Amino acid sequence: MQWETVIGLEVHVQLATRSKIFSGASTAFGAEPNSQACAVDLGLPGVLPVLNEAAVAMAVQFGLGIHAEIPEVSVFDRKNYFYPDLPKGYQTSQMYHPIVGPGEVEITLEDGATKRIRVHHAHLEEDAGKSLHEDFHGMTGIDLNRAGTPLLEIVSEPDMRSAKEAAAYLKAIHSIVTYLGISDGNMAEGSMRCDVNVSVRPRGQANFGTRAEIKNVNSFRFVERAIAFEVERQIELLEDGGEVVQETRLFDPERDETRSMRTKEQANDYRYFPCPDLLPVVLDRAYVDHLRDTLPELPADKRARFQDELGLSAYDAGVLSASREMAEYFEAVKEACCDAKLAANWVQGELSGALNREGLPIQDSPVSATQLGGLIARVMDDTINGKAAKQVFQALWNGEGGGDANSADEVIEAKGLKQVTDTGAIEAMIDQVIADSPAQVAQYRDAEPEKRGKMIGYFVGQVMKASRGTANPQQVNALLKEKLDALC
Amino acid sequence: MHDKTLTELAAGLATGEFSSRELTQALLARIERLDGDLNSFISVTAEQALAAADRADAARAAGNAGPLTGVPLALKDIFCTEGVKTSAGSRMLDNFIAPYDATVVEKLKAAGTVSLGKTNMDEFAMGSSNENSFFGPVKNPWDRDAVPGGSSGGSAAAVAAGLVPAAMGTDTGGSIRQPAAFCGITGLKPTYGRVSRYGIIAYASSLDQAGPMARTAEDCARLLTAIAGHDLRDSTSVARGVPDYTEELDAPLAGLKIGLPREYFGEGLDPAVEGAVREAIRVYESLGATVREVSLPHTHYAIPAYYVIAPAEASSNLSRYDGVRFGHRCEAPADLTDLYKRSRAEGFGEEVKRRILMGTHTLSEGFFDAYYKKAQQVRRLIRQDFLDAFDEVDVLMGPASPTPAFDLGAKKDPVSMYLQDIYTIAINLAGIPGISVPAGFVGGRPAEGRPVGLQILGTHFAEARLLNVAHQFQQATDWHLRRPALAEETL
Repeated sequence: MQWETVIGLEVHVQLATRSKIFSGASTAFGAEPNSQACAVDLGLPGVLPVLNEAAVAMAVQFGLGIHAEIPEVSVFDRKNYFYPDLPKGYQTSQMYHPIVGPGEVEITLEDGATKRIRVHHAHLEEDAGKSLHEDFHGMTGIDLNRAGTPLLEIVSEPDMRSAKEAAAYLKAIHSIVTYLGISDGNMAEGSMRCDVNVSVRPRGQANFGTRAEIKNVNSFRFVERAIAFEVERQIELLEDGGEVVQETRLFDPERDETRSMRTKEQANDYRYFPCPDLLPVVLDRAYVDHLRDTLPELPADKRARFQDELGLSAYDAGVLSASREMAEYFEAVKEACCDAKLAANWVQGELSGALNREGLPIQDSPVSATQLGGLIARVMDDTINGKAAKQVFQALWNGEGGGDANSADEVIEAKGLKQVTDTGAIEAMIDQVIADSPAQVAQYRDAEPEKRGKMIGYFVGQVMKASRGTANPQQVNALLKEKLDALC
Repeated sequence: MHDKTLTELAAGLATGEFSSRELTQALLARIERLDGDLNSFISVTAEQALAAADRADAARAAGNAGPLTGVPLALKDIFCTEGVKTSAGSRMLDNFIAPYDATVVEKLKAAGTVSLGKTNMDEFAMGSSNENSFFGPVKNPWDRDAVPGGSSGGSAAAVAAGLVPAAMGTDTGGSIRQPAAFCGITGLKPTYGRVSRYGIIAYASSLDQAGPMARTAEDCARLLTAIAGHDLRDSTSVARGVPDYTEELDAPLAGLKIGLPREYFGEGLDPAVEGAVREAIRVYESLGATVREVSLPHTHYAIPAYYVIAPAEASSNLSRYDGVRFGHRCEAPADLTDLYKRSRAEGFGEEVKRRILMGTHTLSEGFFDAYYKKAQQVRRLIRQDFLDAFDEVDVLMGPASPTPAFDLGAKKDPVSMYLQDIYTIAINLAGIPGISVPAGFVGGRPAEGRPVGLQILGTHFAEARLLNVAHQFQQATDWHLRRPALAEETL
């Protein structure tokens, strides 16, 4: 039987507010346990929450970024359950009236095709603390630093049909929130996690199959692997005549499998009700309009502009707009050298290669965008040839040259890499090479004319070597051909 | 000194008739002598009180005294008080030393008042007789066989017994007004949002409101002026200016339109209580007020609606008492579930457990719409009843309670206890302010009988008007000046 996979994602994005969603405590990562939990975060008797306006603004910006409806009124509800790292015995969330209504996210697939994934809604909520099981013999430690950190939970429709689409969707969300600057998107620190709903159905069937929810998957790669495992598990189960049970599962990246956590029967009744300590959030139109007007350009718009205005290929535009940092770097290079295509080639070629070798993110590149732009400008005006340009790039990478746009010029000057275009000088070098290579000249002369093209490479190499790489290769080629052919 | 009102004591402090230290010492001695029997205090904070009194005296000497500087009072044990046990009347919090001050406490400290301690109360403010306290019942100073009312029973009894001139209470369904009525003192529940709830241990968040309990409306006006106002730490507190509530006390009542809700004079009302209330109304007529009957047609839905909404909120508010971070923790828990179950089973009393169960049930999947949603709809109708009535009249009047204080142990079944709040509970659902003022005595046993409270209701933020109306009554009557025999004892 042909099976179709149906996937929906609930992505939890930690918002980059300085303080928590309902208290003034800091949200900075990595502090000593419980050093960033105030009376409100601890849920002490008598404390009350006060909504952080920055979290509201960020949620609305996200909504605007996915062209979602922004309801005028949203309401916080309490989700009641007992857990040691949930200090109040309830999580303040938004069940019935979320801050962001239906919207959509465009994803780009590997073949360059795009697909729209509908977002059901996105709501604000507070994070819980962390249970620490190491270092406490027979006991569990509770760290409430994370308790009260603002989260935006983005709930998709079940619109994805493969693990690849799910990963692409997650990447698109990552790119939107980092473009907007509303999250650092740091998955290793838990700034983005997702719950994956997976089901399978016979291709052509209209109804969805029974789904399993895989909790707390925290990397793009794990999302793909967890789905791949889960799809295989469900299909196997169904083909063996079994049934998928609705349940919550956990992904174990070490064993590359998902395991049952609890079934629907064991599920909590969360007893949601409107939080009486918080007023409904009422957004006036002017506030939303202001946020809309000040929204930065988002990845999809940028990609379109890179294609339409800069004439880049769909592939290049996609790569260069994938992250805010990449796009900013590319645009700065383009600005400095005034050629989008060359800038695109260098950023994706030499620069990305070097960054990958060193495992560096583009924002930590030792070669700044203005330096690279300055270098490309010298290639464009023929000051240096391509080979010398690579030498200059390497020098810049190693920290040579000043820090600014003139860095490339300084390196060219210091290393004497300026291209030699003086015909007389090049001819003199050619004459010398021909004189020094009688055997090769003889071979050339005896060769079939159609094979001579390849043989000219030797002479070019010798001339370039003699010029220490600075001779203009096109001129060398042309003049060599002329002189050698004259000998035949 | 103990028979003086707060206003008189403030005047005595201002003229130097006595110092705050002298006053504080005298009242601490009185508490020491009389409260063993009354049990109105859970904690007496003598040391902190004397230090605060000294600071108040020093401030006065330096010319920095405000109107309440050096005035002693007490706080219901539901207000978090830094460095002081704050128990909410529960075993669960018997070991809880609050690490911060409630906004009300902060404001009272800033005003220079001197807290003598924390008063007894029904556990987590759930009760109408103060019999639900882990620290034992409070006795009514007028008759030690009687309850003081609840949940702010300790505050009411302490004021009535002359242990303090005033005390802070909280009122979720009548917890200031009913004990004020039972103990023959004046108690004001302000408009929801008038006083910050920050630092007040929550029972039912959408209904809880703090207010003053004292001898007179004038005393309450002074205290409300000190504690009211918007608080950035309480989103439900209202950003609205705070007047000096004493300013309008003397406004004449000629032309005041009083409404008597038909539903507050019906079946279940003790005829003697009704007699005292009708007599009070006649006093108002003699002061130039006009009286007419009005209707609050949804009144009989108030108790059921309250007992859906309040327990629902309570079941969630009390989830934090899980034995993990603070409060009671059972001995040697076997595992997490055992820790939760035994800590809560041991820490909470019967009534609290009953309300947690009710609230948990009504919020459950499949019941939410039928209970909680419906109760919220009823709540809107009740609120509208009041708004409609206030289109017609300035204030509403009626009894604060259908009976005078009943005997300790008299009400065994919870529903008969819940019905005690029939005249007070709708006011919390509507969010409007209400005040109870002494309006006579009934029963005649022992000598004086038991006090009756007249309840006066106004529209949202009409506190100044309510205090004016109450004050004028107290200018024309002397019920509020009567003292129980106990309180007449001198040292």
